[in-house]
Amino acid sequence: MALIELTGIERRFLLGDTTVHALANLDLQIEPGEYVAVMGPSGSGKSTLLNLLGLLDRPNDGIYRLEGRDVTTLSPDEQAKVRSQRIGFVFQSFHLVPRLTAAENIALPMMLAGIAPAERQRRVVQALADFGLQQRADHKPDQLSGGQRQRVAIARATIMQPPLILADEPTGNLDRHTGDEVIRLLEELNGRGVTLVIVTHDQSLGARAGRQLVMEDGRLKFDSRHAPG
Amino acid sequence: MRLADTLRFARDAATGYPMRTTLSVLAMSIGVAAVVLLTALGDGARRYVVGQFSSLGTNLVIVLPGRSGTGGFNPANAITSTPRDLTVDDAAALKRAPSVYRVAPLAVGTSEISYGGRLREIMVAGSTAEFIPIRNFELAQGSPLPDEDWNRGSSVAIIGAKIRDELFGNDAALGRLIRVGDRRLRIIGILKPTGQGLGMNTDELVIVPVSLAQAMFNSNTLFRIMVEARSRDAIPKAKDEAQEILKQRHRGEEDVTVITQDAVLATFDKLLGALTLGVAGIAAISLAVAGILVMNVMLVAVTQRTGEIGLLKALGAPARTIRLAFLTEAAMLSSVGALVGYLLGQAGAFVLRQLFPVFPAYPPDWAVIAGLGTALGTGLLFGVMPARRAAQLDPVQALMKH
Repeated sequence: MALIELTGIERRFLLGDTTVHALANLDLQIEPGEYVAVMGPSGSGKSTLLNLLGLLDRPNDGIYRLEGRDVTTLSPDEQAKVRSQRIGFVFQSFHLVPRLTAAENIALPMMLAGIAPAERQRRVVQALADFGLQQRADHKPDQLSGGQRQRVAIARATIMQPPLILADEPTGNLDRHTGDEVIRLLEELNGRGVTLVIVTHDQSLGARAGRQLVMEDGRLKFDSRHAPG
Repeated sequence: MRLADTLRFARDAATGYPMRTTLSVLAMSIGVAAVVLLTALGDGARRYVVGQFSSLGTNLVIVLPGRSGTGGFNPANAITSTPRDLTVDDAAALKRAPSVYRVAPLAVGTSEISYGGRLREIMVAGSTAEFIPIRNFELAQGSPLPDEDWNRGSSVAIIGAKIRDELFGNDAALGRLIRVGDRRLRIIGILKPTGQGLGMNTDELVIVPVSLAQAMFNSNTLFRIMVEARSRDAIPKAKDEAQEILKQRHRGEEDVTVITQDAVLATFDKLLGALTLGVAGIAAISLAVAGILVMNVMLVAVTQRTGEIGLLKALGAPARTIRLAFLTEAAMLSSVGALVGYLLGQAGAFVLRQLFPVFPAYPPDWAVIAGLGTALGTGLLFGVMPARRAAQLDPVQALMKH
């Protein structure tokens, strides 16, 4: 069974008088454990696709099945629950809460899910160790380097052990070296069976993925899985 | 999200922006402090006046000449419309009433007192031996007026503490002869300094026998008749009896007004209670303003933290959690403000009491409860809208802002 199954997805935006087709008649299947890079020029619809996959946005048409379950018809609160349990997000600008420490930022999804403090503590300690952040646990985001911030963000995305991680330009705000480090971390996660979808401008980054998707004008222009040869 | 986590999250969010948090807490606390302090003033005024009236005496019924209320038609009124004056005999007649314990006639006028070349204007109260106990006055020195025939009037006087100080300084005053108007009187008593007593400063009062006062002012009327009922329960009966006796003595004309201390007290109590309520109402406006400020601050918070709200949504926070977090923050701002305001108000009332010891500036309980309640209520009420706005943010849009 495919982890993600999109059928006939349409997403239209109304900009003034004109309707923009951010996604047009999109069909896509992603298997569990895949490593997918979504590429394409600005405005090609890749961010819209990622938002849709992350249940942050709803399609105007079509069906999105996540782990075989139609999630397009769920209520907002049910979708929130799916996001909490099944999806981890990594953003270009990290999106850490500035007043919380690294440890608290990592624990945030567990706090929102109502997990007991003792269990949270246990998992946060583990995550800090896994991502080499032990020395940084009590630092606020503005005391961390860009690479450390993104490591905190990835720790946060994985703390609920979701089967799917969506990363939107995860290296966009990082220099080459720390960017590579972050990508290696994400690839390690993928190596442990987590499905990884990365949106990127970076050709070389995209090339590392097991599967490349290229978007243009809301359509899938190229899918390496169906590519000849 | 667990309750403890919600509280901690809201607290951290509030303390994360110290400036705006301080300002809104300040606004709320000023509102609550205003309610506490102003009602303390209003209620203090009420207590002060009530206390003043209580110091007039206990179980007091006061008879004054003339009719202020409207009675039924009496043919006698048609013939004589001028009310009869109150006389010493009227007062003496009241002693017959079964519910009456003591009676003191009161004639009042102003005169001059002189001793050893010093001269000053004073108020003269002409009365009898029972005047001092009825009015709850106390003597510092000497004896009360002699218990003699009311129509006789020995040449004696009891003087207030201030007059004593001004005329005699450190010299002994008791037994000295003073001149009041054109009479020479012997001082037989000195009142304890009180400074209280509505409309009559007892420290500047000279008490003389009633017939003497009447002779001095060349009149045979009384200003008041003070009647003390046998007990608190006997007050209404004493009032009726006094009214009846005087009606008979005045040939069936109800030409006197009999008031009880309780009635006067109740009137002032009501009046000043209403004043306190009005003042509380005005202060409550500042609470509403503070509530709107909290709303404003929370709306700013929602705008400031749009990115964070988007993140919380992405991390799986349902709308309810976000609503609750922001509502909790608003509630915290207003409750801390209310608490600080309460303490400020109490401190202010304390300072007032220190500055004016006679003025019992204690905020009434109802005002404190209403003030705190309104603060929390408005804080929550005005927190609802920003919280809803936060919960309804579109996560994609929200995440783009940071």
